Amino acid sequence: MVRRLRALGLTIPLLAFLFAAFIIPVLVFLWQGVHDDTYARYMSHSTPVLEAWDGVSEPTEAMYAALQKDLVQARKDKTVGKVATRVNRELPGGRSLFTSTARRAARLEAPYREAMIDLKPAWGRLETWQALRVAAARYTPTYLAASVDLKYSGDGSIRRQDEKRRIHLTLFWRTIEISALVTIFCLLLGYPVAYLLSNLPQRSTNLLLILVLLPFWTSILVRTTAWIAILQGNGVLNDLFVAFGVIGDDSRFSMVYNRTGTLVAMTHILLPFMILPLYAVMRTVPKAYVQAAHSLGANGWIAFWRIYLPQTLPGIGAGVVLVFILATGYYITPALVGGQDGQMISNLIDFHMRRSLNWPLAAAMGFVLLVLVMFLYWLYDRVSGIDRMRLG
Amino acid sequence: MTDTAFVEFDQVQKSYDGETLAVANLNLSIPRGEFMTLLGPSGSGKTSSLMMLAGFETVTHGEIRLDGRSVNSVPPHQLGIGVVFQNYALFPHMTVNENLAFPLQVRRMGRSEIEERVREALQMVEMGRFGNRRPSELSGGQQQRAALARALVFRPELVLMDEPLGALDRQLREHMQYEIKRLHDQLGVTVVYVTHDQSEALTMSTRIAVFKDGSIQQDSGPETLYECPETAFVARFIGENNRLYGRVERVDNGVAEVSIEDMGQGRALAINCSGVGTPTTLSIRPERVFIGDTGENRFDAVVEELIYLGDHIRCRMRVLGHDDFIVKMPNAPDHQHLKAGQETQVSWNTEDCRALDALP
Repeated sequence: MVRRLRALGLTIPLLAFLFAAFIIPVLVFLWQGVHDDTYARYMSHSTPVLEAWDGVSEPTEAMYAALQKDLVQARKDKTVGKVATRVNRELPGGRSLFTSTARRAARLEAPYREAMIDLKPAWGRLETWQALRVAAARYTPTYLAASVDLKYSGDGSIRRQDEKRRIHLTLFWRTIEISALVTIFCLLLGYPVAYLLSNLPQRSTNLLLILVLLPFWTSILVRTTAWIAILQGNGVLNDLFVAFGVIGDDSRFSMVYNRTGTLVAMTHILLPFMILPLYAVMRTVPKAYVQAAHSLGANGWIAFWRIYLPQTLPGIGAGVVLVFILATGYYITPALVGGQDGQMISNLIDFHMRRSLNWPLAAAMGFVLLVLVMFLYWLYDRVSGIDRMRLG
Repeated sequence: MTDTAFVEFDQVQKSYDGETLAVANLNLSIPRGEFMTLLGPSGSGKTSSLMMLAGFETVTHGEIRLDGRSVNSVPPHQLGIGVVFQNYALFPHMTVNENLAFPLQVRRMGRSEIEERVREALQMVEMGRFGNRRPSELSGGQQQRAALARALVFRPELVLMDEPLGALDRQLREHMQYEIKRLHDQLGVTVVYVTHDQSEALTMSTRIAVFKDGSIQQDSGPETLYECPETAFVARFIGENNRLYGRVERVDNGVAEVSIEDMGQGRALAINCSGVGTPTTLSIRPERVFIGDTGENRFDAVVEELIYLGDHIRCRMRVLGHDDFIVKMPNAPDHQHLKAGQETQVSWNTEDCRALDALP
């Protein structure tokens, strides 16, 4: 018992590291995706009133009064910008409405309802107040809804986003599509290589294995930029095509800064993750099985399809899951060579993290991605069984 | 039909690296219905020969003929030869039934006929109850039977077996030897069997070819092989043998006069020795040596060790400077009671002693 505890003790540094560097940040970000108290923190008077409001009846004078009080306070505390940003996410144009009203809030006089509508007619619209009600809630499904192109409104309803603002589902779908294509390409390209590796004499195997692993040891940035040099309009490949007269100088292929670029570069980068588990499994399949199949009358194709392939399924499963899951989270390669239609969901997450600073939405999208990957993993387990997967 | 060759190796050579020969000039013809065993130590070329016959390895030089047709360039799946592999090679992702159905399915047989044949084949090896098991759920002996049934289910005329009993324990191995022999007798198929176990070869075969360094040393029936070895290697490899080294002094009427270890003179059948003055190996079976002076060639001996084995007593003696001279004394009612250290005489008849080539 003590021995076992001591052995367990050795894993504590790793577990602590995982906990601090992985589990906690993930949980914090998931929390951010559903919890946002920007409004509630700085607008202490209007928050309870908005929460009490049913979201459909006419806003009352008390609500206007509370809001005016908060605006005056927020301007004094210089927090109005943060609040305005929050509101703007629920209400296009909300920022200017908020900041300009706040500038003049101190001079407004009762009855505030008329005064504010006088100042900005938008205050008379129900949608404005519904947006405020959404912003005021500390726990909100609004970001999760937004990350799958749904809109959560102040009246509690969830509708589809306006046509021109639906971009997330398209991106999720494209992410799956690109990942699936990359996985298929990796499998088609990697299977014969792994087979060759497992059937060559030891000395040649080592050489080939180094060739497979060499890109693995090169920086992902270097490899991606190398693809730019090869694929771009004035790149190596197009120059060759022109030189051999395959295409005219004015009709060069565009193979990078689009989906093609993403597919080519990602397939290249992820290929070792397919080859290695396949190789590990193929190495353990005795030659005698295929020989036996031949002796029993099976030609090459039948022997491969019915005898060899089924025995490499654990390796195929491992490679496919590995490549697919890595691909869904791929970021730097599509960012560099993806152009417009080669962008994936992680690029949008990055955009919200660094540009729009909409962390809650980024968190919600990350959460959806996580759920998606877990679902596919579960599906794989149901279909083929995780315990049959072999990584080597 | 028995006198024409069914399988024929004609000056066959095999080299894997282009330099050394794994099989050097193999000539062998196997009549229909024979149980032919290729016997030899590992690396002697017997498995290479079998793999060439099965079509898994290319023939470097020469020709292999099956029923008169060259099979050098016939792909293995068109040969129709049953093969039992060393580790059975049962397909692990299929049940026993599916394994057996596989060769019939690739021959496009009807479903009901396949079922019938599979059942028949499993009954033949007493495995009828195990059809729905996976190979991993079977014991070694059961896997062996299933592999045997799979190699026979499509009714090949020729079955190759590559050390099929190597992975089994001794008792099971002996049982399976009789089982395979029974199947051979019952079905009349031609069997080419590879093993390094000489007792297995003697038990099962109608003919044995002893391999050494890629070529055949001797090719004859089990009895001849044991009684009349033609080379010192065969004499040593098959059964137990006493060896004495000497020099040929005179050859007369097929009988050689040999000076043994410069310590004595003996007479032996001149089987495989060169002329006068050349070195030779004398080979005498331990059960053909008498204690006492009953035989024609007599020598002094000292008893070194006695081992009681029930039906016989194994006696290690010092004879002509060798202290590993073995004599088997049958446990007869009147056998002599020896003691360790006792001085006595051993003798043997000239016809039981064979003068063979000198071993290096």
